[in-house]
Amino acid sequence: MGEKRKIKVLVCKPGLDGHDRGAKVIARALRDAGMEVIYTGLHQTPDMIVQTILQEDPDAVMLSMLSGAHKALCPVIMEKLNENDIDDVLVSVGGIIPDEDKPFLEKHGLKGFYGPGTELKTIVEFVKNNLKR
Amino acid sequence: MDYSDLIQKLLNGNARAVARLITLVENDIEAAENIINAIYSHTGNAYILGITGSPGSGKSTFISTLTKIYATQGKKIGIICVDPTSPLTGGALLGDRIRMKDNFSLKNVFIRSMANRGQLGGLARATEDAVKILDAYGCDIIIVETVGVGQSEVDIFKSAHTVVVLLVPGSGDDIQAIKAGIMEITDIFVVNKMDLSGADKKIADIMQMLELRMNYKYAFEKVGENNSLKSNWTPEIVKANSITGENFEELIKLIDKHREFLSKSGVIENYQKNRIKSETLQILKHKITKKVEGLISSNPTIDEYIRLVMDKSLDPYSMANLIVKLLGLE
Repeated sequence: MGEKRKIKVLVCKPGLDGHDRGAKVIARALRDAGMEVIYTGLHQTPDMIVQTILQEDPDAVMLSMLSGAHKALCPVIMEKLNENDIDDVLVSVGGIIPDEDKPFLEKHGLKGFYGPGTELKTIVEFVKNNLKR
Repeated sequence: MDYSDLIQKLLNGNARAVARLITLVENDIEAAENIINAIYSHTGNAYILGITGSPGSGKSTFISTLTKIYATQGKKIGIICVDPTSPLTGGALLGDRIRMKDNFSLKNVFIRSMANRGQLGGLARATEDAVKILDAYGCDIIIVETVGVGQSEVDIFKSAHTVVVLLVPGSGDDIQAIKAGIMEITDIFVVNKMDLSGADKKIADIMQMLELRMNYKYAFEKVGENNSLKSNWTPEIVKANSITGENFEELIKLIDKHREFLSKSGVIENYQKNRIKSETLQILKHKITKKVEGLISSNPTIDEYIRLVMDKSLDPYSMANLIVKLLGLE
């Protein structure tokens, strides 16, 4: 390859949750780590998120959820990705994710689950080390 | 690597193939060569609109509204949004999609964000290639949003059929309006955010600037130096409100008018010739730069030259001439 390959990350806020400070901090941290970060803004439906993944072809997707709707929305997103044969993208969800929900989300192929207080370095390393391609 | 499978899917209208191919041309110049080589004969059907303007002038919102109108006309639309790469970290934050939410779920709209990866001129190296991929995908209209900076992001002039420049009321004084660069490449001026005070003053400023330009043009014609490709087009000015969609009907008429103007015999051909020329030049520059960089970084003769320059027995111009000879480019 001629140029150094860039890691492309999509940061999303699924559902009706209106607080995106955390998502913006994550986006900024990943950018400062040399990645190309797309931020989609608030209130994304699973369809919108999957459509964006389909068009932007990111290496990783970071879902930020504080609303408690993760068990409802995450499986739908994963299912729709499957329908579109997208299986080489790292999908992570973070924000407020109770410990007892993690096995359920893991079963659906999600990773990460970082919450408040996580060091940004940890998240950057997580993305770098868990890419599927 | 073999891309024929992806290319076949692209030609069949598969959106995922489009995304994959754009990633490839962005990351790998050799892949770009192979892909463009394979799809080139399928391009040339799309109308390319370039949208530029300073940061905060409302480019993304404007495109979102324009796209909605074109989409309801049943057109297939491709959008490429270029944002700047940080020169320090190499990272980029691409936020143009935030303003285009309404179009996310439209099946006939393909939006792609792109970091410029340090390239000057307002576009990324791979922008032209991505435009061709969207063209081969069957888009009727391709909208390219440039990086939102300054007064010299004029590369879009070479890539787009129609260049729309967005200005906002109250930005910059009258002198800004006569500066070189962006103001000179514009086909249609849009004074966006027309509900703000000062919109009419802005229009007056632009008109004054254009009138001056007309006089210059007359002077150039006299001395036979008028070779500007769109020289006979007088830029149009319209004020609009991207949030409410006010005046967009008129704007679309103006775009059509410019399109018609271009399609008149001679003009479009001239335009295409110039476009191919400048694009080839760009590719050549890239290739030659790479070759020269490779040569300079690992060549004892060059090291010797550098020492001579350090000793002041050679100057950088003479050294450059010697390298040109070494490369056989004389």
